[in-house]
Amino acid sequence: MTTLQPPAAVDRTARPSLKRDRRSWTGWGFVGPFVAVFALVFLAPIGYSIYLSLFRDRLIGGNTFVGLDNYQQALQDDQFWAGVTRVGLFLLVQVPIMLGIALLVALALDSGRLYGKNFFRISIFLPYAVPAVVATLMWAFMYGTRFGLVGDINDAFGVSLPDPLSPDLILASIGNIVTWEFVGYNMLIFYSALRVIPHSLYEAAEIDGAGQLRVITAIKLPAIRGALVIATIFSIIGSFQLFNEPSILKPLAPNAVTTDYTPNYYTYTLSFNGQQHNYSATVAIVMGLITMVIAYVVQLRGMRKGA
Amino acid sequence: MSSPATTASKPTPAPPGPPGHAPRLRTPRKAADRRRPRRSVLLTGLTGLVLVYTLVPLIWLVISSTKTQEGLADSPGLWFGDHFALWDNIRETFTYNDGVFVRWLLNTLLYVVLGAGGATFLAVLGGYALAKFTFPGKRAVFAVVIGAVAVPTTALAVPTFLMFSKMGLTNTPWAVILPSLISPFGLYLMWVFATEAIPTELLEAARIDGAGELRTFFRVSLPLLAPGIVTVLLFTMVATWNNYFLPLIMLKDPDWYPLTLGLNSWNAQAQTAGGEAVFNLVITGSLITILPLIAAFLLLQKYWQSGLAAGSVKE
Amino acid sequence: MSNNTRRLLRGIGLVCALALGATACGGSDDGGSGDKKVSAGDIQAALKKGGSITVWAWEPTLKQVVEDFEKDHPKVHVNLVNAGTNKDQYTALQNAISAKKGVPDVAQIEYYALGQFALTKSLDNLSGYGADKLAKTYSPGPWNSVKTGDAVYALPMDSGPMALFYNKKVFDKYKIAVPTTWDEYVEAARKLHKADPKAYITSDTGDAGFTTSMLWQAGSRPYKVSDDGTKVGINFSDKGAATYTKTWQKLIDEKLLAPVNGWTDDWYKGLGNGDIATLVTGAWMPANFVSGVKNASGDWRVAPMPQWTKGDKTTAENGGSSLALPAAGKNKELAYAFVEYANAGKGVQTRLKGGAFPATTKDLQSKAFQDTEFPYFGGQKANKIFADSAANVGRGWSYLPYQVYANSIFNDSVGKAYVSHTPLAKGLKAWQDASVKYGKEQGFTVSQ
Repeated sequence: MTTLQPPAAVDRTARPSLKRDRRSWTGWGFVGPFVAVFALVFLAPIGYSIYLSLFRDRLIGGNTFVGLDNYQQALQDDQFWAGVTRVGLFLLVQVPIMLGIALLVALALDSGRLYGKNFFRISIFLPYAVPAVVATLMWAFMYGTRFGLVGDINDAFGVSLPDPLSPDLILASIGNIVTWEFVGYNMLIFYSALRVIPHSLYEAAEIDGAGQLRVITAIKLPAIRGALVIATIFSIIGSFQLFNEPSILKPLAPNAVTTDYTPNYYTYTLSFNGQQHNYSATVAIVMGLITMVIAYVVQLRGMRKGA
Repeated sequence: MSSPATTASKPTPAPPGPPGHAPRLRTPRKAADRRRPRRSVLLTGLTGLVLVYTLVPLIWLVISSTKTQEGLADSPGLWFGDHFALWDNIRETFTYNDGVFVRWLLNTLLYVVLGAGGATFLAVLGGYALAKFTFPGKRAVFAVVIGAVAVPTTALAVPTFLMFSKMGLTNTPWAVILPSLISPFGLYLMWVFATEAIPTELLEAARIDGAGELRTFFRVSLPLLAPGIVTVLLFTMVATWNNYFLPLIMLKDPDWYPLTLGLNSWNAQAQTAGGEAVFNLVITGSLITILPLIAAFLLLQKYWQSGLAAGSVKE
Repeated sequence: MSNNTRRLLRGIGLVCALALGATACGGSDDGGSGDKKVSAGDIQAALKKGGSITVWAWEPTLKQVVEDFEKDHPKVHVNLVNAGTNKDQYTALQNAISAKKGVPDVAQIEYYALGQFALTKSLDNLSGYGADKLAKTYSPGPWNSVKTGDAVYALPMDSGPMALFYNKKVFDKYKIAVPTTWDEYVEAARKLHKADPKAYITSDTGDAGFTTSMLWQAGSRPYKVSDDGTKVGINFSDKGAATYTKTWQKLIDEKLLAPVNGWTDDWYKGLGNGDIATLVTGAWMPANFVSGVKNASGDWRVAPMPQWTKGDKTTAENGGSSLALPAAGKNKELAYAFVEYANAGKGVQTRLKGGAFPATTKDLQSKAFQDTEFPYFGGQKANKIFADSAANVGRGWSYLPYQVYANSIFNDSVGKAYVSHTPLAKGLKAWQDASVKYGKEQGFTVSQ
């Protein structure tokens, strides 16, 4: 991600002040507080976790320097990679579905062909304001095969729906909760992007006699590519961080949600159940690197198509 | 999954207007309205499906909050029980366990005011500096912030916990507030917003008039930044209000819990020996938890929508 | 980056290095306090002088004990904190100990978890306080659980000799005989589920504490721990384990176990309405019946734990906890005075009245205790059965020095047996492997 350039805007709008050297430190007065706190809560933990990852503190034998042993262990750790594979699968299925629905709704809103457009926009956005904890508790109640909505459906239609919290279905059930939480947020990002497309582009299309579908594929989608890439990157980072939903569902589905269910859950277990802080820090670093690389690749690909 | 607003990766920078062209806020286009396409029942119906999907759980929550603990099991989820217990539930939510819910609510407010307020303040100052000043090390600041932003914040949580525990900060409000103070997404949004919303000529004029930088910032720039500030404030508010993972690992004392952690502990209480099942309070408490945010979003719609439009978009 | 930032970072690194150094050498520092000698006179003097102590515990009857203790010693203030139930509290305690901040003066620790804290020298050896003289006070099971060699790491608070709790109404309705062996238990399970497809003999979705207790009774001794705690053996393939898995596998395969997690709302409902007909658990359960399953009062009875061989009387312990003094706590004299008061002194009677099950021999054998009638169990003198069970607990069981962690990953491996086609024995093997792996990582010498 570090290869990104600061926007040209910065240099251009700030150019006049370059002439005045006496002002040159003024900017620090404004950005200083952010940088100071940033150093404390971002850089220091990163540095500290790198430091930790080089040691191993055992119940027997105490704390020793082990060099890169922890990294070697992480690379060969089946539990860790199973978690990575699981969130990988999650993101390959859940992210496209969520972004797809969000995009379709945004296009529908933008088309001006909906009744009650504002009501749609704000209502679909509402779940974003619901904390993940509340959303998960709520869905968990509804997933109940005995007293939840699933149970109601079973009773009402005399069917026997499979248990959403069984090992086979729980990943999909978690996907549904996440989709519900963020579909409106992404929709809004897309919609905001669609709203600012200059109408000169549409006028040109009108003159060409392009149909709705053609306008979407030729004008709208290319114009909001930036927003699409941002939303995709957000979602990838979000998927890799998956923790709240499985951890809250764990008491209800102890055998379906394992303590290494997602990489993030695994670091949590390592640290807080196993007291393996050093290895936990290592796994967190490796996971951070994987996330960065994938986000970077998506960014690169997404941007290249446009350029 | 935590709110993307806190875990923002580097979004695409918006290109500026051409040189010499006064920066401006893009206004929503009117073309679609001008053409007035026919409204479509079919399209409305299809979008309606998504609407049903998003609203049904919320409706379930509202209906369920009117039921007693027994009524939750005995009546269908999407219809009312025999006994309308909403007011009892609300009263009990606020008084159960010596009114600990009120304590959690106040804690959450504290974390939101200091955390989200502070995050917004830092982001506004920082974004303004990045947009309107040149200073030594600016590129380094940019590179480091953007590079670190791609590190998942939850991956940082465990090291942060270990570090804070050495510093004696765990189990204090600071452990929750300090990490909330950094919103890279907010910084980015303010930076783009400030670039566009504050004409450099205006700053030049103020400086020529002899106004100090702080005075210029508060008198000239801040009012122009208002929609951006509201947007950043709302999104950092959501992030802090919804925060779960961070307080989960940082706090042990229920007296410092925010609402999210408190509600989960009520829910888990039914699963420990001798614990009382209070699902009706979990549900009513959840409803009370989300109402303030929904109200804030509805009331401040105009502001954050224009802020978002300006910040999140590439032409 | 500014100089300030760099300095800040360097400062943090230094703090961490110092703290880590302290942790590394902490063993020898804190270990010294294990030899602390405190006389009865010191304790009396401390009680007179007064002060305040913090107690972390979730056991409900302690609340009354604290009040009484403060009444007897007006200058002493006891701050009773519920820092979570079992593993939540252990996590908090472990974190407090490694941060050397906020460590309580007294902590409730279950027997299975004591080893972990004792091994890391996080607890005071109470022998120096006079606890070694209490050996005769407690029944052998709990007493052996709190001592390693000559060291005594806690005083037993309660115990959990196991018994069979059954819903007599359900058993009478379907004319099912109360099982005395596990084979009869399986038969009863089949008969019951056939008669009422909604009813199950019991619920089990995989619970480490229950499974280890069952293995214990079946004669399996999967864990071996050397006296110094650094060498462990883990092996789930002995005869006893096979006996258990063979029978329990039948219940799983024939879907005779209610898929309801313990202590959930559904579980309480099932115990109340007859859907869950029996419960094999520790003698501390009655208080939970009285508070959690009010509507079934009079339906339930207690019987001896079913046996693997007809006519045998062997039982096992399930649960049970102790009070210990964390090495990093303060006010040691007062802390020990409270622990002794609660677990060997006047507090024991208070707790018995509150429904706790004693670990003290005198109370277990007292006529008043054995003759107590339980209105909840239709006037049955259930303590007779519990005391019998306590006397017949299988010998020679030990837990791992890191049992808390092992139990926390139980459902990752053995849990699969309950929700997929993985056989129980294979699940246990996977649990064994994971426990071995962790042991090795932590520097133990592990044999299988």
